Amino acid sequence: MSTFLSLTVYGLADGAILALAALGFVLIYKATQVINFAQGEFLLVGAYLFYTCFVIFRLPLVVAVVAAAALAVLLGVLVERFILRPLVGENAISVIMVTIGLSSVLKSLVQLFFGTSVREQPKILPTTQVKLLGVSIQLDRLLAIVIAGIVLVGFTIFFRRSRHGIAMRAVADDQPAALTMGISVRRVFALAWALAATSALIAGVLLADLSAVDQNIAAFGLVVFPVVIMGGLDSVPGTIVGGLTIGLLKSYVSGYADAGLAEVIPYIVLTGVLMVRPYGIFGETRIERV
Amino acid sequence: MVAGSPATTDLLSLNTVEVIYDDVILVLRGLSLAVPHGKIVALLGSNGAGKSTTLKAISGLLPTEHGEVTDGTVTFDGQDITSRDAADRVRMGLSLCMEGRHVFEHLTVAENLIAGAYFRGRVDIEAELDTVYRLLPKLADRRSQVAGYLSGGEQQMLAIARALMAKPRLLMLDEPSLGLAPLLVKEIFAFIAQINEEMGLTVLVVEQNARRALEIAHHGYIMEQGRIVLEGTAAELADNPDVKEFYLGLGDSGARKSFRDVKHYKRRKRWL
Repeated sequence: MSTFLSLTVYGLADGAILALAALGFVLIYKATQVINFAQGEFLLVGAYLFYTCFVIFRLPLVVAVVAAAALAVLLGVLVERFILRPLVGENAISVIMVTIGLSSVLKSLVQLFFGTSVREQPKILPTTQVKLLGVSIQLDRLLAIVIAGIVLVGFTIFFRRSRHGIAMRAVADDQPAALTMGISVRRVFALAWALAATSALIAGVLLADLSAVDQNIAAFGLVVFPVVIMGGLDSVPGTIVGGLTIGLLKSYVSGYADAGLAEVIPYIVLTGVLMVRPYGIFGETRIERV
Repeated sequence: MVAGSPATTDLLSLNTVEVIYDDVILVLRGLSLAVPHGKIVALLGSNGAGKSTTLKAISGLLPTEHGEVTDGTVTFDGQDITSRDAADRVRMGLSLCMEGRHVFEHLTVAENLIAGAYFRGRVDIEAELDTVYRLLPKLADRRSQVAGYLSGGEQQMLAIARALMAKPRLLMLDEPSLGLAPLLVKEIFAFIAQINEEMGLTVLVVEQNARRALEIAHHGYIMEQGRIVLEGTAAELADNPDVKEFYLGLGDSGARKSFRDVKHYKRRKRWL
């Protein structure tokens, strides 16, 4: 029982971070129809931006978070403006190839500036052990779940309630009609990339704090694909369900079976889901009136 | 027969506007028309005459389709808006309701309406919604439903309501009757007449259903091949023998023509 509970907490923590990473992917796909293969590298860049602000420049924690977030937003907006906007109207494969190229560039830039060795970063979240139902669990995992949860709920409310969120969904739904409403499609695209970079930053920093500041963060980002395809490329709630499912699954498989198998299991699930529901579990089905 | 120099009381006027798509396809050939304050103007014509292009030229949507106004001017409220961008024109009070409704299918009715008021910034959205719901109680009942599942008539009403949320001074409607049952068409046109009368809203409506459009319009234009070929008050147009035969489907005697009389070849009227 105690193994089960601690595996659950570890799985949920991983899953919540995965959901955050997937959220950025979904934001971009929903608003701009771009499949961003560089999402994992956004996590990596986010983690190193924070490391730079917090460890190298020795900024206080809160200032470091804000500064890193500002830099992430800037990166997102620049990528949209100078790399993806010129590609508007090009076919999907070209755009995908460009995002794959972007992922290599971002990864190489990080290696160029920071090398490939693991960087030391003091723990931000307290690692004290707490008792939960008689099982001792590290507090940082629980806090990671809480932080990711708050951010995800915040984004969901943003999309449902705020007029900017509604405008983003309107652009995703019907661009010409959004134009006739005076909604600036360019602004919405920039906003999508900025928000995606921010959520990737939060995911990257949490992940780095739970594990380490190193190149593996980008590899973690790869698991975003099973998550979003399971949850639906365009569904925010889907990222939460997909993230938690994949996170728990990996944790249980590595705990009860084999750590190697745990790396493969998300992709097995992915294949299974696609066979049953090709547009994901929460993906928007095309509305057809008869 | 072409409109002369527009009077100063016109809210919108087009002066010898020429539109070219993809640098080669000439769609509007020196089109002039005027929409006076507070009136309903109907723009009629057959398929491919350039009616929708005219509306796109007015609302600034041509660049999205590689089109461009190459000659002439579009004047709104005394200002030359020929080269303003689409968002600017919406801000000035020009609202277009696109052909084929174009509601945001995955958004609820209320969210569609909120998107319509987006550019106005922080306004008392609840009060605005109430105003629209009072005009269209049917939409109020469906406010939290997903727009994609509404019936065609309700979607058209929603599209018009969404345009109204922008508080336009000129409402442009592109084929509001498209794909709707005759009863619904009647309802939509009654609603257009109602908002014109009660709110004093100026309306420019593009239609294939000439009969309904001329019933509510004050003034009408008939387009062919990118030009205005006939204009007059709605009553004059409805009385014109050519209009009767080619747009209203009536014979010389005024009796309704039967489909049985339609010949195998198509007789068309060309004014130019």
